[in-house]
Amino acid sequence: MSLLLKNISLPLADFTLEVNVEMRKRVTAVFGPSGAGKTSLLDLIAGLRSARSAFIQLDGNVLTDTAKHISIATRQRGLGYVPQDLALFPHLSVRQNLLYGTNSRAAASPLFTFEHVVEVLEIEPLTSRGVTELSGGEKQRVALARALLSSPRLLLLDEPLASLDAPLKEKIIPYLARVRDEFRIPMLCVTHDRFEALALADEIVVLVDGKVRQTGPVLDVFNRPASAEVAKFVGVETLHPGQITNVTEGLATVSVNRATLTALAPPIVSREVFVSIRGEDVILQREAAVASSVRNRLSARVVALRTEGALVRVELDAGFPLFALVTRPACVELALREGEQVTALIKTPAIHLVPH
Amino acid sequence: MTSAEWQIVWFTAWVSALSTLVILPFGLALAWALARRDWPGKSIVETFVSLPLVMPPVATGLILLKLFGRRGGIGGLLHDKFNLDVIFTWRAVLLALSVMSLPLLVRAARVAFEEVNPRLEQIARTLGAGNWRVFFTITVPLAGRGIIGGMLLAFARALGEFGATIMVAGSIPGKTQTISLAIFQDVQLGDDTHAYRLLGVSVVLAFAAVWCSELFLRRRKK
Repeated sequence: MSLLLKNISLPLADFTLEVNVEMRKRVTAVFGPSGAGKTSLLDLIAGLRSARSAFIQLDGNVLTDTAKHISIATRQRGLGYVPQDLALFPHLSVRQNLLYGTNSRAAASPLFTFEHVVEVLEIEPLTSRGVTELSGGEKQRVALARALLSSPRLLLLDEPLASLDAPLKEKIIPYLARVRDEFRIPMLCVTHDRFEALALADEIVVLVDGKVRQTGPVLDVFNRPASAEVAKFVGVETLHPGQITNVTEGLATVSVNRATLTALAPPIVSREVFVSIRGEDVILQREAAVASSVRNRLSARVVALRTEGALVRVELDAGFPLFALVTRPACVELALREGEQVTALIKTPAIHLVPH
Repeated sequence: MTSAEWQIVWFTAWVSALSTLVILPFGLALAWALARRDWPGKSIVETFVSLPLVMPPVATGLILLKLFGRRGGIGGLLHDKFNLDVIFTWRAVLLALSVMSLPLLVRAARVAFEEVNPRLEQIARTLGAGNWRVFFTITVPLAGRGIIGGMLLAFARALGEFGATIMVAGSIPGKTQTISLAIFQDVQLGDDTHAYRLLGVSVVLAFAAVWCSELFLRRRKK
């Protein structure tokens, strides 16, 4: 997939959306706070609104080129759009909703047959129901299936999980991952949720106040925010790939480079995970052998120190890069200096595993 | 009820129904354009459409009489080109009823269209639907109750029309006389029993139409 967005300029209420980016990965997350212009960007790509200037090209086909006054009609763009409110047609049954887009496009891929899509998203039992009788998660899956059944070349997802509560989010993510893998369809997913971005995306585009602040592989962006602005938004914490080697009684043993951690097992167990630890959850101490309830004690070396207001951000090498946030007095008391050995303590529930 | 009375009731009912059907395509198109599009002169057209609602019906009738008379712009054209006379025929009744009831249909349909979430129409377009398909499969069904409510209101208004009709169609028994015109004439001539029977019929008809439209409009709000 190659989606080229060039010279995009769209004045919005508080700022102008200005985008110049090329997306090449299968799943790209447009990540940014609410009101950053993310939905407007999707609407532009879908041809639902027009920009002051825009050049949009999908896999070599020009969709919009304001300079040449080209704008392909929305219905001919071949895009599946799942908006944040899902926009299921309330006067039609689930089945009628699903079939709404099926006859429209010629040369439907055999992959996107009704039976297959319905099976993958497990919505067969819902098809005879009315749309208003569905739960939030069911609606989400029906909307996704409806978009897929129009055999789109690209799936646009607007905050697919924002309206769902936490347990439901974790249930929907596997479906999205399944759609990604089963239909091999490129996705552009707008989100302000780290969890969502980590679980689904290969590449991330950080959009703040209508401007692209950083693009790159998810891990790079989260670990090495290009600016303080991005950092403020993506959060400063440890994020590193790891492998679950063992799960017993709800506890997962995770190996991260040379280190081994104990964490709560995620609801969906997959071998490959991202290990996420917030800086304020890491405790540093000088003495190694003090008995405590903390399961994770890592011997670490101080790599760098950076003062951030009342706090000091300590970069450690614990077999993998680990960040700790401590107060300045604590830093003085422990006499932390670059190259010093310390012990980093992390409580088990403070380690979050995100399946990938 | 005499056969002449039945003829009046029948004529009033079908010409009212026909006027509602005649204004339907135009009324819906106009209501949609007012609800969904911005165009120059929109507010002027909006005002014009509502004018028959606030102007004295007789004045509206006079305008129509001048326009559609043989010496009027439109009437002259129809007479010369198609040998078609409007004034003092059943066509004049149809014309008067249509003009007088159009505002009610347009207003109700406009509100109904405005209440349809545009996002649903947009998503239908991403699913490959063209403008007509979106209009007939998404917009109209979702605005359906409002549209039907508006049609019933327009029909009820047509049933009772008096001022504009008497100006352009006169009150010709067996030809252009509607219930309202007949009641007026009967009372003028002192034939009260005749008038009361027609009054009873018109109350029943109006009650049924308004009651149905209330039913539709109320259910839509739920």
